[in-house]
Amino acid sequence: MNENASKELTQGPVADPGVEPHVESYVASDPKLDKAAEGRVIACFVLSAVSAIASLVLYFAIPMTIRIDLGTFQANLHNVLFGTTMGLAILLIGIGIVVWARNLMSDVEMVEIRHPEASSDEDRTEALVMLSDGVRDSGVARRKFVLGSLGGALGLFSLPLIVTLADMGPWPTKRVREQTLERTLFAEATPQQPIRLVNDVTWKPLRAADLEIGQLVNAQPENLQDFHGVEYQQEKAKSSIIVVRMDPDSITVPESRRDWQVSGILCYSKICTHVGCPITLWEQQTHHLLCPCHQSTFDLGNSGLVVFGPAARALPQLKISLDDEGYLVATQDFTVPVGPSYFERDSRNDFKKGDA
Amino acid sequence: MKYLSTRRRHPAAKPLILVLALFLVGAVYALVIPSSQVSAAPATTQQVAEGKALFQVSCSSCHGLNGEGTSQGPSLVGVGAASVDFQMGTGRMPMARPGQQAPRKASEFSADEITAISTYVATLGPGPDIPTAAVVDPTKLTDEEIARGGDLFRANCSACHNISGQGGALPNGKYAPPLTGVQPVHVYEAMRIGPQQMPVFSKNVITDEDATQIIGYLQAVENDNVGGGLSLGSMGPVTEGLWAWVVGIGGLAIVAVWITSKGARSK
Repeated sequence: MNENASKELTQGPVADPGVEPHVESYVASDPKLDKAAEGRVIACFVLSAVSAIASLVLYFAIPMTIRIDLGTFQANLHNVLFGTTMGLAILLIGIGIVVWARNLMSDVEMVEIRHPEASSDEDRTEALVMLSDGVRDSGVARRKFVLGSLGGALGLFSLPLIVTLADMGPWPTKRVREQTLERTLFAEATPQQPIRLVNDVTWKPLRAADLEIGQLVNAQPENLQDFHGVEYQQEKAKSSIIVVRMDPDSITVPESRRDWQVSGILCYSKICTHVGCPITLWEQQTHHLLCPCHQSTFDLGNSGLVVFGPAARALPQLKISLDDEGYLVATQDFTVPVGPSYFERDSRNDFKKGDA
Repeated sequence: MKYLSTRRRHPAAKPLILVLALFLVGAVYALVIPSSQVSAAPATTQQVAEGKALFQVSCSSCHGLNGEGTSQGPSLVGVGAASVDFQMGTGRMPMARPGQQAPRKASEFSADEITAISTYVATLGPGPDIPTAAVVDPTKLTDEEIARGGDLFRANCSACHNISGQGGALPNGKYAPPLTGVQPVHVYEAMRIGPQQMPVFSKNVITDEDATQIIGYLQAVENDNVGGGLSLGSMGPVTEGLWAWVVGIGGLAIVAVWITSKGARSK
């Protein structure tokens, strides 16, 4: 035992009470009880073995097609019985070990004194002497150039590691952003070559006459069908839109957006301006669109302005019109980037409360 | 004649004559005014009349005597038979008490009464009609069509009604109800009419075929959930987390206390 440690113990504000006297456990006091406890442990292990065998038998004996239905608990009989017996086998091993440790093993209390963690003074001095000897032997102090060249080599070696970060994607310069992040498939539309809005999943073009007041359509640009795989997902993440029809008398349309809508049919980006969740929880009577992620709420009857929640910017609106056959079309891209904020984003053009 | 004249003061004579007279009047009436009854589909006319009577007793205090609406309830002109069948068939109307939203409950009205009221409300103005049984029958769908119904459901419905149709919360105490245990015809009608805050999904955008496939998907997720154990309401991380923290970690704590407890001593 370390002398310092024992001294510290006795010097504390409260005297060390020491180990309380050992009282024999109830089981240890009588050989009969001890025998019974041993029996319980063995019973656990035997039952565990029986369960393991039962699980094996059940695995092969029960067909995987039987279904059980007990109200809220609906399951496959094979899974339930195989899992229950297998779980019971491992659980009984655990219970057996705990019962064994608690009842049959020695429960006499022991004291282990903690030692100071620092090395002795002699060891520490010796280590410092060895270190300074090593520095002197390597000649670092005399041969400065060796050390300098080593530093240069290590520094240059870090460059290839940093360069591989370029594989994470193109540097987001203004031009790159304008061609990727800030551009959707609607950018291919012109007044001469408009792009039809189609129903998501079914690709059915949307006719203005088919939309009723209170209608919500999850839509995509027609040209999304030309994409596949990763490109399809990337384009869909930006071009997803919702088309809603509201009673023109019940909504506010600013002067600058008077020709962005077709008799109460308005089109907005489906991507929340907060962190980019897709939003379609639209209340047709209040015209409020709720984001399920963080409860940002946008008023689609008032240019998509934020009425509640953490989103800072109005939902981007897409200018839509009709083609000769009465289908809804877009003739230009969104006027502002869709989706969540990012550092370089220019937010001066977003629609704000009070804009005309 | 003697037979009749001698019995003219018989106690049964007066009631008998009354019955004869009533029969005569009825017979003559049927002979004189038969044409007007036959020409205009008698069942419908009668249903409209019955429906109007029921409407004025059960609905008019909020929706007005002629369904024109009051400050307590909206106008029913042009809502269509589908709207009445949905609202009354699912027990939402008549509302038990005013509130943000009418909850689903057992309907107090028989199918015949609901048909009568919906037939009457349909005469107030054109609106979505009740679909035929064949339109909303998902039993003939192939697995591919049910999978497509799942795509449609996830794109159009899952935002509010949850990915497996368990429903979800909306602002200010409103909610999207769970779609389990709902009759296919009511799911179809809800899409077409857009009840309460739900948007409309009209016939020309989500076709009848699409609607049937969506119903097929809903029935598949409700009934074919083989292999799972406790679904915990199929609501995802909320109930699963609650279960893991309270039952799972709580159970482990109890076991840990048992393992380290000292146990019975001999004195």
